[in-house]
Amino acid sequence: MNEINPSGWRPAMNTTSIVQEIETFTGNRALQLEEALLFEIGSPDRSGVDFDEVTDIDLSALGPNARKGAPNLPGLSEPETVRHYTRLSRQNYAIDLGVFPLGSCTMKHNPRLDEKVARMPGFADVHPLQPVQSVQGALSAINELAVWLVKLTGMHGVAMTPKAGAHGELCGLLCIRAALEAKGDPREVILVPESAHGTNPATAAFAGYRVENIPATADGRVDVTALTARLGPDVAGVMITNPNTCGLFERDLKVIADAVHAAGGYVYCDGANFNAIVGRVRPGDLGVDAMHINLHKTFSTPHGGGGPGSGPVVLSEALAPYGPLPFTARQADGSIKLIEEEDAYLEHPHAFGRMCAFHGQMGMYTRALAYILSHGADGLRQVSGDAVLNANYVLRSLDDVLDAPFGPAGHCMHEALFSDDGFAEGFSTLDLAKGLIDEGYHPMTVYFPLVVHGAMLVEPTETESKAGLDQFIGAMRSLAERAKAGDEMLKSAPHLAPRRRLDETLAARKPKLVYKEV
Amino acid sequence: MRYLPLTDADRSAMLSVVGAGSIDELFADVPEHARLTAPIAGLPQHASEMAVERHMARLSADNITAGSVPFFLGAGAYRHHIPATVDHMIQRGEFLTAYTPYQPEIAQGTLQVLFEFQTQVARLFGTDIANASLYDGSTACWEAIAMAARITRRNKAVLSCGLHPHYVETSRTMAKFTGDELDISEPALIADTDDAAVIAKIDGETSCVVVQYPDVLGRIPDLAAIAAAAQAKGALLIAVVTEPVALGLLESPGSLGADIVVGEGQAIGVGLQFGGPYLGLFGCREKFVRQIPGRLCGETVDADGKRGFVLTLSTREQHIRREKATSNICTNSGLCALAFSVHMTLLGGAGLAKMARLSHHRARKTAERLAQIPGVTVVNRHYFNEFAVTLPKDARQVVRDLADRKILGGVSLGRLYPQVEALSTGLLIAATECTTDDDISALATALEEVLA
Repeated sequence: MNEINPSGWRPAMNTTSIVQEIETFTGNRALQLEEALLFEIGSPDRSGVDFDEVTDIDLSALGPNARKGAPNLPGLSEPETVRHYTRLSRQNYAIDLGVFPLGSCTMKHNPRLDEKVARMPGFADVHPLQPVQSVQGALSAINELAVWLVKLTGMHGVAMTPKAGAHGELCGLLCIRAALEAKGDPREVILVPESAHGTNPATAAFAGYRVENIPATADGRVDVTALTARLGPDVAGVMITNPNTCGLFERDLKVIADAVHAAGGYVYCDGANFNAIVGRVRPGDLGVDAMHINLHKTFSTPHGGGGPGSGPVVLSEALAPYGPLPFTARQADGSIKLIEEEDAYLEHPHAFGRMCAFHGQMGMYTRALAYILSHGADGLRQVSGDAVLNANYVLRSLDDVLDAPFGPAGHCMHEALFSDDGFAEGFSTLDLAKGLIDEGYHPMTVYFPLVVHGAMLVEPTETESKAGLDQFIGAMRSLAERAKAGDEMLKSAPHLAPRRRLDETLAARKPKLVYKEV
Repeated sequence: MRYLPLTDADRSAMLSVVGAGSIDELFADVPEHARLTAPIAGLPQHASEMAVERHMARLSADNITAGSVPFFLGAGAYRHHIPATVDHMIQRGEFLTAYTPYQPEIAQGTLQVLFEFQTQVARLFGTDIANASLYDGSTACWEAIAMAARITRRNKAVLSCGLHPHYVETSRTMAKFTGDELDISEPALIADTDDAAVIAKIDGETSCVVVQYPDVLGRIPDLAAIAAAAQAKGALLIAVVTEPVALGLLESPGSLGADIVVGEGQAIGVGLQFGGPYLGLFGCREKFVRQIPGRLCGETVDADGKRGFVLTLSTREQHIRREKATSNICTNSGLCALAFSVHMTLLGGAGLAKMARLSHHRARKTAERLAQIPGVTVVNRHYFNEFAVTLPKDARQVVRDLADRKILGGVSLGRLYPQVEALSTGLLIAATECTTDDDISALATALEEVLA
C-alpha cells in the first residue's frame, strides 16, 4: 500500500502490470467500453422511428418488382441507437480531444458556428432543382465564397463543384485537356514530382495522361533543370504542390511556370497546403493556371472521419472558359443567375461538361464561408502566419533529437519533416508513431513524402496553443530517446489504446467486408 | 481572434526559439514579387460570431425552404423525415472531427461504423459486398462504368434513356477523356420503360448496361430481363438507385441479377442540402473486390486476438498505387455514411418498409388528385414515389408560377433536358411520408389556377 504523501496528493503507482492482469467479465475497462456489432444486437422488427399506420394502401402501382418481405436490416430503438453510436464514438481520436499533427491533412479546430450555419434551413432544407427564384440566398452564399476564393488566390475564375481535392485535381486537368484540344494540340504527358501526393499521378492517369516523374533536389524541392529539360510538345502540363509535401515553399514556381507556358503547357498547382500561405501569397502571381482548394483543410470544414470534403478549383484566364457546369453569376440587378445546361451554349459554350450532379458541396461552402468571414482578410493572414510559426517551433524544438533532413537549410512552412535516421537497429517510424498513441496523440503522417526515408510529417496547425505544443514536444522527445535507445516496449506499442496493432495482412488476404451470420 | 490560441507573448517566445525576428521572416522563401505585405485589399476584415451568424441568417432567409411549403421535388434528391438522433450522432466531435481511419487502434469507432455501413448497403442492394462510400450517386455511376471496362476489357457502355441526365453528363464528361464510348439517349413520355430497346443495343463489345431503377421518370424497368441479356453477351448490368427508400418496397437490384449496384444515399439520413454533400453508394459481386474504387473496411484481429477493423485492400488505392490505382478518390463521404447508417439503424428493415409504403401511398394520392385536373395526364403505369405528368404548356414556366404561389411543385423535364422539345411539357412529381393531404390539395388547386 502506498503512503499518502503530506500534500494530500496520491503518488502515482506503477500500475502497468496490474492493469494488464485485471480481466473483466464484459471486456470493458471502466470508461473504455466494448461495443458489439449492430448485427449482433439489432433485429429487423425493431425500430426507433414511429410511422402513422395506414391500412388502405394499394400497392398495385409498384408492378411486378414489388418485394415479398422487408429487407434484412437490423434496427434498434432510439435509446439503443444513441448508446451504440456514442460508445463507438469513444473509440475514436479526434481534434476535439487533442493535437492531431497529421502532416498534409491540416487537422485544425472546426468552429461550431460553421456547423450551426450549415444547418440553417435556407441552406440545409432546399432542393438543388428548385426554381432559381426560390434559392437566391443559397446561390448568393455560393457566389460570395467564389469571390473570396478568386481574390485570395489572384486567379480569374473558379469551378465550385468538385467534391474533394482529388476531384478538383481531375477538374483542373480536364480544363487543361479541354484548352489544349480547343487549340488542336492534344498532348499526352503530365509531369509530376516524386514528392507529390498519390492522388496527382492517379488523377493524371484517370484523365487519360501518361505520368512521368520529376526528381527532387537535395534540398527537397522540384529539380527545375530536370523539369525544364523534359518540357516539349508532348507535355500537357505539370502538377506541383506548393508549399510542397516536404513542408517547403517551391521558390522557383514562377520560373517553372514561365518555362511550361513557353513550351505550350499549363501549370496545375495542388493546393492541399494553401493554408500555409493564404493571405500572404496569391498563386495567380506565380503563374498557376489551376489549383484546387481543399475547403476541409484550409477553410476548416470538418473531416468527418474521411469526408465529405470539397475541392473548388480556381482557374487562370486561359483555363476559365473551359470550367465545368454549373456556376453562378451575379447579375446587374444583384440577383444570382445559375448557368447550367439550359443557358450554357450561350454564356459558357466551351465548358468541358459536368463533374457531378447538382451544385457541389453546399454544406461545405456555407461552413467555409462562415470560417472565412470570421477571420476576414486580416485574420486569414494571421492563420497562415501562426500555422507556419507553430510548425517551425516544433521543428526547432525537436531537431536536436530527431533528424530533420531539410532543417539546416532554413525555415519550414506549415509542417515539419523528420526522418528515422539515428533510431536503434530494428526501430522505425511506425514504432514512434504508435508510441504517440499511448501518449494520447494521433500520430503524424508517416512514410510520406516518399523522398525521405522513414518520413514523419508533423503539421500542428494554427489552432494549437503553445502550452499544448510544449506537451506534445515533450512526448516526441521522450519517444525519440526511446527509439534511439531501442526500448522494446515501443516495438509493440500501442499498449493503452482500445486495440493493439491490427493484423492488416490477414484483413487483405481474406477480406471480410460485410457481416455474415454464422 | 477566437480561433487562434497564440498570444503575442507566445509568438515572441516561439520566434526566439525558431531564430526569427518576425513571422514575416518565416516566409523568406517566397520570392519578393509574390510576397504580400498587407491583407488583400477589397476584402472584409474579421468579424464576430454574432456578425457572421447574422449575415448568414440573412442569406438563409432569402430562400423558400422545402419544409415551409407544399413540396414535390425529387429527380435524384428526396426529402424524407430525418430523426433528430441522426444529427445528434454526427455532431459527436469524435466522429465529426476525426480523420480518415488510417490509425486503426484509435479509430475503431469510425471503422466499425464503416463495416456496418458496408453491410447495410450490401443488404439493401442485394450485393455481396459494398464499399465505404464515394462522393455521390453521379460519380459512383461513372466509377462503376470505369470498373466494368476494367473487368470486361471492353469500353462500350450502353446508358439506358432513363438514367438521370446529370449522371449521363458526369459520365459523358469523363468518357470524353478516357476514350470510353457511351450510347446515350433521352426518354420519351410513355407509360413503361422500353427494356427491349436497351437489350437491343447490347452486343459483344458492350462492357456494361447502365439502368436506373426506378428510372428518372419514376418507371420501374425489368432488371432481371436486362441482366440476363447483358450477361449472355458478356456484359455487366449496372443498376443505379437514386431513391434508396424504394428498396423498402421493391426487390433489390442484386437479387434481380445486377452485377454492380450504385446509388445516391442522400434520401436516408443526409437531407437535401441544396445538392451536397451527398453519399455515393457502391455494391457489387465479391469476385470484383480487387477492382472496386474507393475505401474498403475489413474485419481482422489485433495483437491480442480481439476483433477489430482496418481499411484494407489499399493496394488498389492512389496513395499506394499512384498512377495505377483503380480510382483517384481519396476523401469520400464518411460523415454522410454515418448519417445514413444511423438513420438506417433507427429504421431497421421493418421501418424502412413502412417509410417506403407511406411514401408510395402519398405519391399515389398525389397522382390520383392531379389526374383529375383537365389537361394533366399521369404518364407512368408503375412507380414508387415519383412519377411524370404531362401538362398543356411548358412545365418550366408552370414550376416558376407555382413557386410564386409558394408551392414547390416538382422538377420540370425542360430543366433537365433543355434540348429536347418533346419533353418540355413534362413535370416530375415526388412525394414522401412528409407529404400531407393539405400539401396535395394546395398543389392541385394552384396547378388548376396556373393552367387555367
